[in-house]
Amino acid sequence: MGLYVKNLFLIVLLLGALIGSITGAAFAQDGASPIQTLLQSHSKKLKRSSAKSIGPVIEAIRESGLPQAQNVLEKWRAKELWFRKSDDLLIFVETNDKKTYSLLDIATGQSIGSATKKEIKQIKPNSGVRGLIDGALVFFRLTDSDKAVRISALDSLGRDPKAAYLPIIRTALSKEKDAGLKTRMSRMERILIARFETDTAKRVVAIESFADDMGIDVRAALNPLLSSKVKVAMEAPDMANLARDIFPGVTIKNDGGTASEALYYEWLGGSPPELSMADAYILLVKAKLAPADVSIEDQKTALISNIKNGQVGGVAIADLNTDKARATAYRALVREDLAAETISVEEQHAVIEEAFFYGVYDQKNMDVVRAARTTLASINSKVSINTFFDLFLDAMSLASIYFLAAIGLAITFGVMRVINMAHGEFIMMGAYTGYVVQQFIPNYTLSIIVAVPAAFAVTFAAGVVMERLVIRHLYNRPLETLLATFGISICLQQLAKNIFGTQARPLTAPDWLDGALVINEVVSISWIRVAIFVLGILFFVLLLFILNKTRLGLETRAVTQNPRMAASMGINIDRVYMLTFGLGSGIAGIAGVAIGLFAKVTSELGSDYIVQSFMTVVVGGVGNIWGTLAGATLIGFLQKNIEFFNPSNTLAAQTYMIIFIIIFIQFRPRGIIALKGRAAEA
Amino acid sequence: MDKTSKPFFLRYPSAMIFILCLAGFTIAVTIFSESVGNGIVSTSFLKTLGKTLCFCLVAIAMDLVWGYCGILSLGHFAFFGLGGYMIGMWLMYARTELIVLKASAGAALPLTPQELTDGIGTQIFGVVGGAKIPAIWAFADSLTIQLILVVLVPGVLAMVFGWLAFRSRVTGVYLSILTQAMTLALALYLFQNDSGLRGNNGLSGLQNLPGLEDAAQADISLWFFWASALALGLGYIVVKLIVESKLGNIIRGIRDDEARVRFLGYNVEAYKLFIFVLTAVIAAIAGALYYPQAGIINPAELAPIASIYLAVWVAIGGRGRIYGAVIGAAFVSLLSSWFTGGQAPDIPLGFYTIKWVDWWLVLLGASFVLVTLYAPKGIGGLFDKFGWGEKP
Amino acid sequence: MSQRMLLEVQGISVSFDGFKAINNLSFNIGPAELRAIIGPNGAGKTTFMDIVTGKTRADSGDVTWGSKNVSLLKKSEHEIASMGIGRKFQRPTVFEEQTVTDNLMMALRNKRGPLDALFYAFSNDDQERVQETAEEIGLKDHTDRLAGELSHGQKQWLEIGMLLAQDPRLMLVDEPAAGMTGQERDHTVKLLKKMAETRAVIVVEHDMEFVRNLECKVTVLHEGAILDEGSLDHVIQNQEVIDVYLGR
Repeated sequence: MGLYVKNLFLIVLLLGALIGSITGAAFAQDGASPIQTLLQSHSKKLKRSSAKSIGPVIEAIRESGLPQAQNVLEKWRAKELWFRKSDDLLIFVETNDKKTYSLLDIATGQSIGSATKKEIKQIKPNSGVRGLIDGALVFFRLTDSDKAVRISALDSLGRDPKAAYLPIIRTALSKEKDAGLKTRMSRMERILIARFETDTAKRVVAIESFADDMGIDVRAALNPLLSSKVKVAMEAPDMANLARDIFPGVTIKNDGGTASEALYYEWLGGSPPELSMADAYILLVKAKLAPADVSIEDQKTALISNIKNGQVGGVAIADLNTDKARATAYRALVREDLAAETISVEEQHAVIEEAFFYGVYDQKNMDVVRAARTTLASINSKVSINTFFDLFLDAMSLASIYFLAAIGLAITFGVMRVINMAHGEFIMMGAYTGYVVQQFIPNYTLSIIVAVPAAFAVTFAAGVVMERLVIRHLYNRPLETLLATFGISICLQQLAKNIFGTQARPLTAPDWLDGALVINEVVSISWIRVAIFVLGILFFVLLLFILNKTRLGLETRAVTQNPRMAASMGINIDRVYMLTFGLGSGIAGIAGVAIGLFAKVTSELGSDYIVQSFMTVVVGGVGNIWGTLAGATLIGFLQKNIEFFNPSNTLAAQTYMIIFIIIFIQFRPRGIIALKGRAAEA
Repeated sequence: MDKTSKPFFLRYPSAMIFILCLAGFTIAVTIFSESVGNGIVSTSFLKTLGKTLCFCLVAIAMDLVWGYCGILSLGHFAFFGLGGYMIGMWLMYARTELIVLKASAGAALPLTPQELTDGIGTQIFGVVGGAKIPAIWAFADSLTIQLILVVLVPGVLAMVFGWLAFRSRVTGVYLSILTQAMTLALALYLFQNDSGLRGNNGLSGLQNLPGLEDAAQADISLWFFWASALALGLGYIVVKLIVESKLGNIIRGIRDDEARVRFLGYNVEAYKLFIFVLTAVIAAIAGALYYPQAGIINPAELAPIASIYLAVWVAIGGRGRIYGAVIGAAFVSLLSSWFTGGQAPDIPLGFYTIKWVDWWLVLLGASFVLVTLYAPKGIGGLFDKFGWGEKP
Repeated sequence: MSQRMLLEVQGISVSFDGFKAINNLSFNIGPAELRAIIGPNGAGKTTFMDIVTGKTRADSGDVTWGSKNVSLLKKSEHEIASMGIGRKFQRPTVFEEQTVTDNLMMALRNKRGPLDALFYAFSNDDQERVQETAEEIGLKDHTDRLAGELSHGQKQWLEIGMLLAQDPRLMLVDEPAAGMTGQERDHTVKLLKKMAETRAVIVVEHDMEFVRNLECKVTVLHEGAILDEGSLDHVIQNQEVIDVYLGR
């Protein structure tokens, strides 16, 4: 290959010299640089460049292999290539005062004298030419020695694929050494083949090779192959690339361009018919197959312009306040030939009945259409399976957030029958603790490692203080506890506002939590969410261990089931309550750090999660962390699924979810995992 | 013993005192108003007072359902808001209709009914990118029907929700959380642009009475003040009659020991539902009187926090006594608007200045905790000490 | 049994998280009969009452009531109560923040709907009945006091009084003698016997002396099933009963 290029280069050089001497241009400097010589050989085409004729010139420059070739093309494209009128010498130009220009050699960039504006002329490539230059430049970047440049060239090529790139990428592919990049390039080649190749067999092969590929670029390349136009005729259509028969008001358009009949009700959703009766008639009018109707607006204009003596068509203006009266007046105008005839809905429908509506593929080659249709169908079914999996991951992630937010609440409610309305504010305190820690420890990794225990400590202490000062005095008065903790909640929220202000504070995740775990083009999950999921599992296991294997857990369970009995067994109930409350609050603090990593840290952070946390506890059932897990999972999945079916409207999703929960309570008033017997009486 | 033979006001002197105080207050405010009197009470302050009376009425409802029946509902402000929305729909529709008709007066042709509704639709729903009038506005042109809906919509919502909740024996804090969830669901629903009630823009311009463009705001405000006072007085008497009847005995029994009432053969769920729906309706009426004075209603008004504040008023005023609810609502809401309105003087501490706009909520929260801990009977509890309270 | 039964319990079972609280229990009582149920802690006495009064649902079996053999299993507590089954709890449960009169007035047999209650007028007849009941339970001089101010024994009496005012056809009485003086016990025994002349009364009691004084048929419950039935003298000679009470 290398040899071939070198030979070609020599030939071009020779040819250039030959043409140069034959044309006998004014330029006759000895020792001109090879690039100058090459360009001079095409100087005519260069100066009056058109997209039609310039192709070979750009090709020649690109294939010259000269080191300055890329630079010259870039300058040319940027309209920075000039020539001297006296001898046609091609130059770059620099100016300071717009009067005198210093001229630079295109090969070396050295100054070779100066000139006035009149003595030189700019070469202005038009957009077609610029597009061709782009192609050539892409080649340079695709064959650049720096891999990063090659990758970015491939990316930009993918964003705007053109037929012109096909030969370029083939050449680049032949030169590419890196195996990974080679695969990507060959994929790009196939995309370009699918779109622009002229040989049908090759195209079909390329299209079918994508059956397992969920890439957005592939779908973007294949979808236009199935684009179609709606047409109308009075005879049955007979053409190879007929996509579908359309029955106005009945059939819907499928992804592949085919049509099918589907029931459609506005309130149930679904796809509306492709062509409404009204649009169908408009189409007929446009095709000059039917006379135009007079719109309501035009009728009104006609009525107004025919007002005579306070009357229109024999009807008094004051009476024209109904559609019926207006129709009567308008008919009178029609009879007097003062207005155009309207066409009734029945007449319109009759014409529509007579006509044939159909879709025609823009792509004439039906082999390509068929290949694209089957391939896209295969891709779409894969995409929908993967979308489902992605939804599953999203729901898991949301469930782990709810679990973290609710588990502290579940513990305190389960053990002490205390609803802590300030739980959300403990979450907020945890997030702000993380923010404060980051003010002192700039290293994000270290600061997060410090923030987690710090948040636990802060909220644990706050929880214990609150229990000692307030809640202890309100045992057996759950409604009062609810209200007192609400008082604390508004206090804390306002204090946070006074201290940190109302604007959101950042809690920045370390670099290694940036980005997302990408499984394929459809399925991905951000690392922060993965971390929260891991944290959720960690706490679930930790709490299972604490509750089932430690002394505190044993005492806690005893108190949960029967406080009086536990007290008589010598368990210090006060201490258990205090520690439980501290633990519940502490976990809320850690949840706060986790939530703060992906949500804005504001004083309202907690209240955004509190109702969901309550719902999690209620749905899951009290006094059992398995219940909380089940509740969080159910609510997380429910919310994501509702959002999936109604993506535009997360507010509605939450409304429906809460309604679902209220109905759920009908069937399981004590939650998914319920205590039974005496323990449930409390 | 034989208390039934005496007339109402002699049987319950506290009710008489309250009604007399309310009447005296109303007369005094009227005398000092801009409309009839010398204007010491400005129209904006008159509106504040009228709104406060509505708060007192919804607080009475809250007291009945929570203080007497033991259901800590965190949703009664949602019923209050719904009542406001129902009357707001008529106010806005009727006024917009007049505006559209006025605008079309100079047009060549008179409007057809369709053009009129289209015009109204564009005016009202332009802000949420719509022009069609949603189906729920079907009766918005009829004051009578909307007035019935003020009672019917919150009543039916309370009935359905209450039936579901009480039937499944959800009680105590569980029930509170569920009512809170209901409120949140409703608020979130109304926040949507396609809820048909203008999303977070809410309904506005409610202070103008359609057909009474010439009436001054000073007069309208006074009328609403009177209506609010009348509603509060009637509400007080109705609730007083309820709590003093055998029904009152039974709901207090339900509050203290639900199971025992059940074993006496009473259908506890029916009683709770009756009280829940009744108080929801009272709350809705209060809301229907409040929002024309406020001039605007939006979904934020229905947020769960508002309902919790309602509980705060009643708790501070003293639950289980009707005048306690009135005192709490009036005291806290007036104090709150004084502090947050920027009228309260800041306290300079040298190193820091306490601005009440920032610190009022902290004070309210803290005092709320203190009241719950040390004065569970609230302000009304003080009256007991003087020996002229009523039985709780 | 020639007589028609008032309450028939047939083979009911109920379990909580695998623990069988009631195991295939059958039990009958006639329209005018006094019956004592004894048994150690956890024998299922309270659960049995819970099932009859509708507080707990049985997993299997049936409970039928009255001459029409109405099944009680699907009925709610208030329906069962208004059919004529009254219950007195182990711990005295009265409405402490209301007066003795109000407590008794609420128990009186009247229409039970919310609107009936709202428009209820405390008629002279009803006032008389409340007075009579108060006299019978020895609280005549305390009618205007709050129930919460009464002594423990007086609360027990008040609750019995509420049961009387309800005028039920079957009374379930859980440990009526707890916290009473000897004299009060004798009075209670007399009262229960008198009531059993016109209605069915089931007494759950630990105190053997009290049960002996009732002079009635005794049912011994153990682990959710009937161990023995008969006169007190008969059952205390049963070796199994002795084992259960004294431990093995």
